[in-house]
Amino acid sequence: MDLEVLVALPIIIPLLLGAISLTVLSNHNAQRWIGAVGTALLLISSIALLFQTKDHGIQVLEVGSWPAPFGIVLVSDMLGAIMVVLACITGFATALYSLKTVRKRFERFGYYPLLHLLLAGVNGAFLTGDIFNLYVWFEVLLVASFALLILGGERAQMEGAIKYVTLNLLSSALFLTAIGLTYGLVGTLNMADIAVKLGSVDDQKMVTVIGSLFLIAFAIKAAAFPLFFWLPASYHTPQVAVSAIFAGLLTKVGVYALYRVFTLIFTADTGFTHEILLWIAILTMLTGVLGAAAQFEIRRILSFHIISQIGYMILGLALFTPLAIIGGVFYIMHHIIVKANLFLVAGLIYRLRGSFELKKLGGLYKDHPGLAILFLIPALSLAGVPPLSGFFAKFILIKAGVEASAWWAVGVALLVGLLTLFSMIKIWNEAFWKGTPEPAPAIPAPTRNALLYWTIGILAAMTVAIGIFAQPIYVMAEMAAHQLLNPSIYIEAVLGGQTP
Amino acid sequence: MKPRRFNMRSLILNTGSTLLLPLLVLFSLFLLLRGHDEPGGGFIGGLVAAAAVALKLFAEDYKAARDMLRVHPLQLVGVGLVLAALASLPALLVGQSFFTAQWWLVDLPIFGELKLSTPLLFDIGVFLGVIGTVLTVVFTLAEAEHS
Repeated sequence: MDLEVLVALPIIIPLLLGAISLTVLSNHNAQRWIGAVGTALLLISSIALLFQTKDHGIQVLEVGSWPAPFGIVLVSDMLGAIMVVLACITGFATALYSLKTVRKRFERFGYYPLLHLLLAGVNGAFLTGDIFNLYVWFEVLLVASFALLILGGERAQMEGAIKYVTLNLLSSALFLTAIGLTYGLVGTLNMADIAVKLGSVDDQKMVTVIGSLFLIAFAIKAAAFPLFFWLPASYHTPQVAVSAIFAGLLTKVGVYALYRVFTLIFTADTGFTHEILLWIAILTMLTGVLGAAAQFEIRRILSFHIISQIGYMILGLALFTPLAIIGGVFYIMHHIIVKANLFLVAGLIYRLRGSFELKKLGGLYKDHPGLAILFLIPALSLAGVPPLSGFFAKFILIKAGVEASAWWAVGVALLVGLLTLFSMIKIWNEAFWKGTPEPAPAIPAPTRNALLYWTIGILAAMTVAIGIFAQPIYVMAEMAAHQLLNPSIYIEAVLGGQTP
Repeated sequence: MKPRRFNMRSLILNTGSTLLLPLLVLFSLFLLLRGHDEPGGGFIGGLVAAAAVALKLFAEDYKAARDMLRVHPLQLVGVGLVLAALASLPALLVGQSFFTAQWWLVDLPIFGELKLSTPLLFDIGVFLGVIGTVLTVVFTLAEAEHS
């Protein structure tokens, strides 16, 4: 057993942290310390897990010593481990950022316990090897996110939350239906076991139908076209720290689930499912970026860009070649950090100027050149300017698209990259470059922003580092893609020699 | 303005509740401990215990119920979750897989054999968690009525 426990740590640590901070609900300082130090510990444990997985192959933990197809297993393959590390980075950055930005009122309503619970749910979803357990973790993170979304209770928050809750419940219902049908068909919930047994099912049409149900359920959670509108309706309403972690993580859990299910389980009829995925990817990219062009509020622009970026990730899965999957995984790694960071920058802009509206902003470059540079790094990376992380991510994907002769997808991906650049330049011009608008806004001039700058700076440094040290990152993505495209490795690791 | 009282106050309920309360609490503990091998367990026991506090709330008032609980119900949830999460760890000390149930048999002089285990710890966690959750809801509603 030895180091197997590493697989459980990313789940049990945030659960314990959340529970402990709930017991000290009225002690704000203790909660903040638990938040910052605890998420740092969590990050360390997740990195240890990543190295363990990288060096020693897929890690499997049979919870409670119940053997594989019967009990719940936690599985850490490269994709899962990478996602967990990314989640923990975002969690740590958010916890640091929250120290200075989250008001006492929200802390009293349980901001920190919810944050930890959210992280536990996200990590659980990335690590579980059981399809029903995946559903449970989805619910855990959704419950936490519902509560985080409406902390504060403003009108816009409620309005956004209703759309968010309704569509996500619909998606959960579809997910559950699909799980029920799967169980009826093969009588098992272990994902590796399902993958083995689906092959011998007579009614392959039914398998495709179930696959499509999973596809719709996860596509809603990933905010893919056409059911994406819950995202721009809600993501700009909560506090910035919450927006950042939502933007970085939540939709990516949906993307992760798509990657997991459509590489491991439903690979029999890829001609059908992956063709649908390809068109979803193309339309998601386009609608997202066009939606962003019409917005003039920073957080709304960024929200729409999440959607268009989701399109790129799904594109990687849809092309389903080794290079495309590598590109998709690389894109996820790059995107989570960049997107969370952009929201954090937006929060700092609000702190300095008291507005998210581009019309009311201006002159930031003159007053805060440091912030301007810290904005430019993730913004240009998002648009795919070399040598930042986004360039390599887009480059790999587009190269894969060219190799697969998916010309429509390649064309749209290039166009969307250009439009993303346009969007980022729009924010740059309006918020940073143009003069301070008349009448000059009364600035509350909050001090002690050093910690916020540091948080943003560290994430920006990571973006640059992913660009400069693209090779080791690429190798990790390659390992993840190799495991995804050879599901037998995963199945072998989970079920061992006892497979029928 | 004087805070509005619950209009459910009655002598019968009041007297009855003083008799019922200890019984309910005892019964909830009975259910909790019985839940190992027979119907019962932390969840149902927690509901009964929460009902006991709710009875206090109806029979007397919000303040009395809060005083009886002494802590904020959310803190109970926290303690419960900590216990439940801790129940997963002892297995690691003896080198078994995470969350494997551990049993310790203790011989007591008069009562005989006592079975302690991590599932019991987990169940106590659930018990506290359920009490805390239900009472958070009840108290929030009562608070809205109170003010």
